[in-house]
Amino acid sequence: MSNIANIFDNNKVAKTGETSKESISGEFTTLNLGPTHPATHGIFQNILKMDGERIHSSEQTIGYIHRAFEKLAERRPYTQVTPITDRLNYCSSPINNIGWHLTVEKLIQAEIPKKVDYMRIIVMELARIADHIICNSVIGVDTGAMTGFLYIFQWREKIYDIYEELCGARLTTNVGRIGGFERDFTPELHKRLKAFIKDFPAALTEFSNLLERNRIFMDRVIGAGPISADRALAYGFTGPNLRAAGVDYDVRVMNPYCSYNDFDFTIPLGTQGDTYDRFMVRQQEMWESLKLIKNAYENMPEGDYHADLPDFYLPAKDEVYHNMEALIYHFKIVMGETKIPAGEVYHSVEGGNGELGYYLISDGGRTPYRLHFRRPCFIYYQAYPEMIKGSLLSDAILTMSSMNVIAGELDA
Amino acid sequence: MTSIDNTYLLQLVQEKLGDDLHHAAESFGVLTVEINRHKNIELLTFLRDHKELQMAFMTDLCGAHFPENKNKELAVIYHMHSLVNNIRLRIKCFMPETEQIIDTASIEFPTANWMERETFDFYGIKFKGHTNLTRILNMDSMTYHPLRKEYPLEDATREDKEDKFFGR
Amino acid sequence: MVKQAAMPPGYEGPGFFATTMDKTIGLARANSLWPLPFATSCCGIEFMATMASNYDLARFGMERLSFSPRQADLLMVMGTIAKKMGPVLKHVYEQMAEPRWVISVGACASSGGIFDTYSVLQGIDHIIPVDVYVPGCPPRPEQILDGIMQIQDLAKNESLRRRNLPEYQALMEKYEIK
Repeated sequence: MSNIANIFDNNKVAKTGETSKESISGEFTTLNLGPTHPATHGIFQNILKMDGERIHSSEQTIGYIHRAFEKLAERRPYTQVTPITDRLNYCSSPINNIGWHLTVEKLIQAEIPKKVDYMRIIVMELARIADHIICNSVIGVDTGAMTGFLYIFQWREKIYDIYEELCGARLTTNVGRIGGFERDFTPELHKRLKAFIKDFPAALTEFSNLLERNRIFMDRVIGAGPISADRALAYGFTGPNLRAAGVDYDVRVMNPYCSYNDFDFTIPLGTQGDTYDRFMVRQQEMWESLKLIKNAYENMPEGDYHADLPDFYLPAKDEVYHNMEALIYHFKIVMGETKIPAGEVYHSVEGGNGELGYYLISDGGRTPYRLHFRRPCFIYYQAYPEMIKGSLLSDAILTMSSMNVIAGELDA
Repeated sequence: MTSIDNTYLLQLVQEKLGDDLHHAAESFGVLTVEINRHKNIELLTFLRDHKELQMAFMTDLCGAHFPENKNKELAVIYHMHSLVNNIRLRIKCFMPETEQIIDTASIEFPTANWMERETFDFYGIKFKGHTNLTRILNMDSMTYHPLRKEYPLEDATREDKEDKFFGR
Repeated sequence: MVKQAAMPPGYEGPGFFATTMDKTIGLARANSLWPLPFATSCCGIEFMATMASNYDLARFGMERLSFSPRQADLLMVMGTIAKKMGPVLKHVYEQMAEPRWVISVGACASSGGIFDTYSVLQGIDHIIPVDVYVPGCPPRPEQILDGIMQIQDLAKNESLRRRNLPEYQALMEKYEIK
């Protein structure tokens, strides 16, 4: 009888983030969450010590998809590092690609035309929407609402269509070059982009209506996996997860790149740092991104779609076939024979889930001497045990999906 | 109020460390200081607790290997960021291969925990005082530290690649 | 539009239809495969696209994804398999009941892809047998669907006794799978 009473007691302290005083039965169960668990959306292992339904403590193992990006980058000429960055946070590859290009451009001190900046903003913000679509629809799926996922994913396909017109790929885009883009926006792309800007608000509104004020959804996510601003900062949180905790740090505003300072946009903030706040911050960010895309598209300046950087920007293919000089440059760039200054540079962009930093040490050779990626996932995922301590197992799953941990970025 | 820029920052570090500051330079707007590695935690906490500066956010921590650099083969590099004043600082601590040990920052900065484990995994740099210094990305059974320059990148089990075609 | 599966060849008369056991079971298996998505990285996102409304995996009788290996017939390996992950993958495969098929989606799973590095398994066929390889980095959803249709073909035309054949036993032995 006393056991039953205890169970009710424990339910009362649900979601406070504190461990119940003692175990119901006096012993703990060990539960293996992962490495292949349907709810983890990626492969990482959590060994949970369970006190009934409640998590007493947990231990993480990662590295199940360690691919040695950093070592790989040390063997590749600068242009060939771009495809590796694709596979970091594969939900928003263009941001990673452009972040890398910006890093190299900083090192060689290239001057980039305004038009390229605006094009980049459009592509990066599309990527941010694509990233947040995945994260938010998956939170929906994990609460049992499959509809939102099936519905909003069509719009991700539309973003894919735009990418495809721009660079030929859907997911691992490898978009752009050091110095700009390989081609200008085509008429078809303009058409698709216009259609997206026009139609997406309705779709996003409908998605919001499905979840944002949905009683069941709110009951499930409010208070799940909270983190305070102080702890979030101590753990190096960045991006939507930090903003959900109430800290207005956004690289786009703090250290503007790509002429982000030309635009007026809001940084949405949360207060509790729980799953609902993370969800809402991402929802609002999609609206802000859409605004940015619209502004950048409407105010697109005239100009060239790439910088005049013969040493780094690959010449157009038909020129390579018919023009001796272009062929020589093409060869030099592909073989990594162009001169690059020695030095070290840190550049960061606001990635899909935080500050994505590139720390590059160049010794003037054909490949980076050392390239370190500051991967936001890797850094904030270590706070997971603290966030789920004392919560229910089902809340822990939601916490994980709302943190948007991407295995490729986590394990590099 | 003094304006918080790199000159001021350098002055602060200089006052704090004196002779333990080995070298300072600015690269692409970020001040880079090379310090005595035994003073790392002292400097990090000083910068964090400084009333005006509040450089409390550890953006990044990583290792690097310079085999040519005698007695300074390995490095641990910290990137600190003051979110209040929006200023960054890069701190480098070099160490010889024979004595690859440095104090851990993971007690003061929880975020350093995994980054130090990663650095240990990649370079074998030991962090004194770290509570759980084990490999994080590679398998525990791995016998070497793969990001050191002397180790090959490629998978050694592969037989279908002819070395001469792949520039090995 | 719902399309009925084609009838297998057989004898039809008033009130009866006779065909072989192989064909009937093959037909049933092919159109109700339960896939286990073993999604590790980028290809997993393309699989999500395949699963979602535009490409709709449910059209192939694969509405139900089986996350438990014990109830799955088709192991879909999507994404890079690192050496650390290898034993886990093999373990999952061993837990599946016969008949089981494996589809290796993407360059990484098939051959290691661009990651010829110390930590990546150079193709999952080093540890488990693979039935269909889908190239691409990542493959488009159409390609994944094509791979699945090839698996359906295999399932439809496989003899019921194939799993007892000495060749098959030898194959399993080669991979040290009991």
